[in-house]
Amino acid sequence: MFVQFSTWDIVRNLLEGGKWTLALSLIAFILGGGVGLAILFARIARNRLLQAFAKTYIEVFQGTPLLMQLFIVFFGLSLVGVDVSPWLAAALGLTLFTSAYLAEIWRGCVEAVPKGQWEASSSLALSYAQQMRHVILPQALRIAVAPTVGFSVQVVKGTAVTSIIGFAELTKTGSMLANATFQPFLVFGLVAAGYFALCYPLSLYAKSLERKFHVAR
Amino acid sequence: MSLVKIAGLHKHFGSNHVLKGIDLDVAQGDVVALIGRSGSGKSTLLRTINGLETIDKGELRVDGTALHDGKGDLRALRQKVGMVFQQFNLFPHLTAGQNVMLAPTVVKGMSKRDAEDIAKEMLLKVGLAEKFDSFPDQLSGGQQQRVAIARALAMQPKVLLCDEITSALDPELVNEVLAVVRQLATEGMTLIMVTHEMRFARDVGNKLIFMHHGRIHESGDPRTVFANPQTPELANFVGSVTVAA
Ligand SMILES: Nc1ncnc2c1ncn2[C@@H]1O[C@H](COP(=O)(O)OP(=O)(O)OP(=O)(O)O)[C@@H](O)[C@H]1O
Ligand SMILES: [Mg+2]
Repeated sequence: MFVQFSTWDIVRNLLEGGKWTLALSLIAFILGGGVGLAILFARIARNRLLQAFAKTYIEVFQGTPLLMQLFIVFFGLSLVGVDVSPWLAAALGLTLFTSAYLAEIWRGCVEAVPKGQWEASSSLALSYAQQMRHVILPQALRIAVAPTVGFSVQVVKGTAVTSIIGFAELTKTGSMLANATFQPFLVFGLVAAGYFALCYPLSLYAKSLERKFHVAR
Repeated sequence: MSLVKIAGLHKHFGSNHVLKGIDLDVAQGDVVALIGRSGSGKSTLLRTINGLETIDKGELRVDGTALHDGKGDLRALRQKVGMVFQQFNLFPHLTAGQNVMLAPTVVKGMSKRDAEDIAKEMLLKVGLAEKFDSFPDQLSGGQQQRVAIARALAMQPKVLLCDEITSALDPELVNEVLAVVRQLATEGMTLIMVTHEMRFARDVGNKLIFMHHGRIHESGDPRTVFANPQTPELANFVGSVTVAA
């Protein structure tokens, strides 16, 4: 049990955990983006039922802690007989969480397109779908880039919560190492540094995008 | 036969009765100037003509396409009615040429090449042939407004609505836009314009409509109406704005 851990051993193990943090973040972001887009379209649709569904979806996932969502996916699904691995539960939970937030961020971007753009395109006899496709969404997209990249930081940090259901990403690996090495300060310092290394470039990138699109307007 | 016919048109914003029974006939080639105090309902009337505002009650017919009490084929109506806005409302992510090409390709299903020919022709008409590839933010306000006119004309509307299209412009840019409108008028385009340029209304318009509290209070030939207002409200209004010779 008393294996000696060199600092390199610690770092090596943390890098392994970090790899899973990165993978989970990417999956959550990509799948969450896809689902989020579908929720966005429902949210801004003319159909009241779709709107109500999307609104509820967003409110439920924004109004409950990510941790509870993970618990419900992880334990809830096994209750009904579906055996989910921590990995699947983590990916699923984070995807739901991410999709709700992205849908809401993007809705804000669609609404930020000035009313005059709707009026001008209406007066040219474009249909709702044509307005969306050719006038509104291209402009919303430009507005959305910076806050979307900014939100990706929240996704990366959100993955830490999945350690609780036993998924061996960066934080979980860190707690295991801290227990084994009795060097929690060193280990969690390195864990924090790992998150920072992932998040800081994203923040910087989001800021530079924000400046760029600000000037471009 | 009139090109635009409005009869008994009513419009409310909540409890605010904004248009109180408008009757209006516009013939092919008419140049109608809508004047009146702020809040009298000029913009609202104009915007009902292409369905940007809903109609509570009344008839609206443009070249055979009709709305009864606000119900009817809005997109068919809008293909016959062009509109130019005070704030230009160009699509900022598209070039001037693409702004003009968009509706002909998307709405009328025209080929890219045909739409491009039309866009070039329309930009030439407003004196901006060389700005085809410029984005709106690279153009002056006057140029943007002229692109907006070209964009509306590319759909070959039967009537063009203009809502204070020079009000957002620096004074030195007003004339280049008015010159384009004047040109359209001489070419026989049917125009309905809300304007604060009284002199322009008098010189270019052949019909003047004075709106007051949601009604057409007085109307007629611009020269006669300006020279000889029949109601104290119009006399008052004309007195408050300069109609310099
Ligand atoms: N979208 C709206 N919602 C509620 N009320 C409105 C709306 N648009 C206009 N109104 C009201 O309708 C009335 C007529 O407005 P309208 O814009 O037609 O006036 P106008 O004659 O064009 O004035 P202006 O010269 O200031 O442009 C005003 O009382 C205005 O407050
Ligand atoms: Mg107005």
